[in-house]
Amino acid sequence: MAQVKLLDFWASAPAMRVRIALAEKGIEYETQEEDLRNKSPLLLEMNPVHKKIPVLIHDGKPICESMIIVEYIDEVWSDKSPLLPSDAHERARARFWVDFIDKKIGDPIRQLVWTSSSTENKEAAANDLIEIFKVMEAELGDKPYFQGESFGFVDVAVVPFYSCLYTYEKLGNFSIAKECPKLVAWGKKCLQKESVSKTLPDPYKAYEFFLDCRKKLGIE
Amino acid sequence: MANEVVLLDLKVSPFAARVRIALEEKGIKYESREEDLSNKSSVLLKMNPVHQQIPVLIHNGRPICESMIIVQYIDEVWNHKSPLLPSDPYRRAHARFWADYIDKKIYPIGRNLWASKGEIKESSKKDLIECFKILERELGDKPYFGGETFGYVDLALVPFYSFFYTFETLGNLSMVAECPKLVEWGEKCLEKESVSNTLSDQQKVYEAILQIKKELGVE
Repeated sequence: MAQVKLLDFWASAPAMRVRIALAEKGIEYETQEEDLRNKSPLLLEMNPVHKKIPVLIHDGKPICESMIIVEYIDEVWSDKSPLLPSDAHERARARFWVDFIDKKIGDPIRQLVWTSSSTENKEAAANDLIEIFKVMEAELGDKPYFQGESFGFVDVAVVPFYSCLYTYEKLGNFSIAKECPKLVAWGKKCLQKESVSKTLPDPYKAYEFFLDCRKKLGIE
Repeated sequence: MANEVVLLDLKVSPFAARVRIALEEKGIKYESREEDLSNKSSVLLKMNPVHQQIPVLIHNGRPICESMIIVQYIDEVWNHKSPLLPSDPYRRAHARFWADYIDKKIYPIGRNLWASKGEIKESSKKDLIECFKILERELGDKPYFGGETFGYVDLALVPFYSFFYTFETLGNLSMVAECPKLVEWGEKCLEKESVSNTLSDQQKVYEAILQIKKELGVE
């Protein structure tokens, strides 16, 4: 019998992407919550290269890297809720936007959340984040979801960051709702889907968690 | 427009090389347009407004950007010949993982090696060798990363074979000493016409890097 296990962490945006995909496909799975300061032998065995979550273990075989896992899920459980489009050009376009967010969002988030930044650096990071979100908003346009009428690959990739917006706003001292209202509206629309609402943590809980981490790491 | 394929190209770019190899593997006729990155064409700016970078594949007027995304597109559209990704989903995920590893590590760390000095350069050298050793372990005793045939991961990595001379000269290291299997694999790949026709001469890459260093003001 096929066995699906996820090495997970509740506040991790990449892990949320996988949980959303699993929920969209109606896949039953076992979840193992990792302590990232004390990684399990299983995690180290299944992802020796990066030693990071999420890791999906399917029939004992590991798949690593969140969007690679999502694509794997989409290919294996292809009978329901397709996440990638069937047209090759549209698929390339979806992959492009996922690559964009993954390339760009890391540095400003690190600056805002994981460093003791000066006001100037925080402002610069906040501006970078707004710039990224505005580009995403332009790509979304008037469509309900990034790929059109249905929730798909790009939405899965981006929506976990929606639960962290409150954290970014508080730490960066800016308002995303003011700067990117369409993106906020899209996030709220996604939250109407059970796969998303059951996966994304409460934004205030996430904020408290990040504050606690910063305190423990001695970041002001 | 039957099947118009245009590549916004740059001969010394390892990313553009990936696309050229894929196009040759599939036997696709295309027009290559060499870009001058100090004076980007209006076509490039229009077709890739987000990153304004090469390579860009323009197929029947529609752009596809990002080298490995272009390679996947080529593999999906021209699926009659020389499959680059395996058909099994687990093996596909495995191939994507290693292409992603190469993208995250080789170019950025390599760049730090040739573009910086002192401690950063030394730690980059150490990291780069470590990454190549990890790739060597993944290759194992297989002829190619994909197994018996040249595939997605081989294609992702092989353009960096042209950089070995640069890494050795500027990093003061010996690839043959550190990663003999990888050098052997590179030489095997070069036996393929699609690779030998595409890969830049190692000396030419070195000269291009020296030029970039000069422009950056790095000795």
